[in-house]
Amino acid sequence: MDSKLALYIVKRVLLAIFTIFLVITITFFVMKAIPGGPFLSEKSPSAAVTAALQAKYGLDKPIFEQYTTYLTDILHGDFGPSIKNRGRDVADLIAEGFKTSAKIGLIAAGVAIILGLVLGSIAAVFHDKWIDKVIMVGSTACIAMPSFVIATILLLVLCVLLPVFPANGNTAAGLVLPILSLSFYPMSYITRLTRSSMLDVLGQDYIRTARAKGVSPAKVIFKHSLKNAVTPVITYVGPMIAGILTGSLVVEKIFAVPGLGKYFFSSITNRDYPMVMGTTIFLAIIMVIMTLISDILYKIVDPRVDLG
Amino acid sequence: MKKDTQIKKNPLSLQLDLSSFEKATDEEKFLQQRMRESTTFFKDGMKRLSKNKIAMISLAVITLIVLIAIFVPMFYPYDYGQQLGIVAGQDSDSSYNNLRPFEYGETELKRIEAGEKIFPHIFGTDAHGRDYAIRVIYGTRISLVVGFFASIIVLIIGVIYGSISGYYGGKVDLIMMRIVDIIYSLPDLLMIILLSVVLKQTLTPVIEGTPLGKLGTGMISIFIVFALLYWVSMARLIRGQILSIKQQDYVLNARSIGAKSGHIIRRHMLPNCISVIIISTALQIPSAIFTESFLSFLGLGVAMPMPSLGSLASDALSGIYSYAYRLIIPAITICLIVLSLNLLGDGLRDAFDPKLKK
Repeated sequence: MDSKLALYIVKRVLLAIFTIFLVITITFFVMKAIPGGPFLSEKSPSAAVTAALQAKYGLDKPIFEQYTTYLTDILHGDFGPSIKNRGRDVADLIAEGFKTSAKIGLIAAGVAIILGLVLGSIAAVFHDKWIDKVIMVGSTACIAMPSFVIATILLLVLCVLLPVFPANGNTAAGLVLPILSLSFYPMSYITRLTRSSMLDVLGQDYIRTARAKGVSPAKVIFKHSLKNAVTPVITYVGPMIAGILTGSLVVEKIFAVPGLGKYFFSSITNRDYPMVMGTTIFLAIIMVIMTLISDILYKIVDPRVDLG
Repeated sequence: MKKDTQIKKNPLSLQLDLSSFEKATDEEKFLQQRMRESTTFFKDGMKRLSKNKIAMISLAVITLIVLIAIFVPMFYPYDYGQQLGIVAGQDSDSSYNNLRPFEYGETELKRIEAGEKIFPHIFGTDAHGRDYAIRVIYGTRISLVVGFFASIIVLIIGVIYGSISGYYGGKVDLIMMRIVDIIYSLPDLLMIILLSVVLKQTLTPVIEGTPLGKLGTGMISIFIVFALLYWVSMARLIRGQILSIKQQDYVLNARSIGAKSGHIIRRHMLPNCISVIIISTALQIPSAIFTESFLSFLGLGVAMPMPSLGSLASDALSGIYSYAYRLIIPAITICLIVLSLNLLGDGLRDAFDPKLKK
């Protein structure tokens, strides 16, 4: 590892830390700007009760003190107690919901990467043949569909018209459709990415040389081309995870999956502010870290890339 | 005497000797003639675009959708918020709720028997007895308006920021680009959701009754977030362009004759990155529509009873077993708009900036 790369990594890590700090700050002050506070919506408790509640949650202290306490608490992995789910910590609820969300998200990411690479390579190898055109039309159409459209269409076709899968995401079979709907968009994107970079690689001189000296076509594709074509896909992994995580908020709502999305939306409608803040910050941290990893990996895998 | 004044020709002189030239023949003159008008950059691009069949079909689809969204509500006999079963001074008539396509409510059937002609409910009505076709058309209008204005906001901020950063370079550029890096790494959708949650609580009483109130806090937060976060990729693109244009000789020339920075940016640099600006704006519109429909689907978008394609799809979800078409119609409309705008954007890119072609 040379010093330039090390410097780049340090710079990116610092930027990521600063971004996370910024997200926490924005979230905190934006949520504090809501008038009334979380106790106002309930059956208007007496002034004494409100004061007691505020004292309990530390809401009577000056705002800057609340902010520093919140920051230090987060550093210890503590997002505070949930206001609407009495006796539960936000961190616990997030951990509970994230178990399901992470499972769906990771499988969806895996499906998207594998299928995307395969389809993209097929399209590139059979460039301008009918199979290339079919794949391109399909992926172009899928990119134009928001995840909730894909999810609802899948729900309609595979649950309502042909009842193959259950519409409820509580069981293992019920997770198939959420995973499918989450993976369509990134899969199409990776397909297009792989196809264009693969076409680029296949036109290179070293591929012609490899072919000329009699390397088998399969080896040319898998060893010489795919390895070089895969690098742009790495940069997409970070944004993909972010997209899957936000997409899963909707998809979980549609299929009633007991994941993070469910908690997020119930907390928005219930005005459970610590929960909203906790979930936002938690998701943001994951996204920032994923982008960081994929950016750094890209520079390590492809040393030709200019370190800006 | 005259001969003596003529300077003797230096054998190394580069001065031309006229006697070694002859007049061009008519045939040769003809070869020099311009056969046709030289095309401008814009005309050339349009010509290339008009040859791209997919882009032209997309353009036609988009134009059709835009025209429908603008003009149909003007003379359509129903209104998007009008509950057909509720007439002032009478009990509400539930026969208007959940009509299937081309069905009529009870009082309408009586009027038809009496010989009156009544405009059909092409897509039926929704659970509150509102004509569904006009709601879809109105929702399309909302989505298009959001996409268009959000892109304009992104365009203006991105172009100004990017050109200043690229033009001044050095420390200014470094600081401005660090800010861009930070904003770029913020998770945008989460920030939009957060902001619309907050604005819903804070802004609703403030804007009630004003035209903004009709628009709803969800829309306002979408615009705010686009203005705050989404301009960064546009700014990056413009900066890159400006950086390369800055090296051109005509910029040096303009500066040497004392042109001001603002003048150079406006007159020399921006016209030269116009293709990049057009292309990324065209691709920005579908992404804004995407975001809007996503938020509306979550119930954070337009205010009730105003429809948007996302909120229509979301409302239809509960009745998916009996009224599947109510879900399919807005879903297909979103896909059609986004798909054709994407394809048109790709076509524009290929036509106006062949270098960018992948």
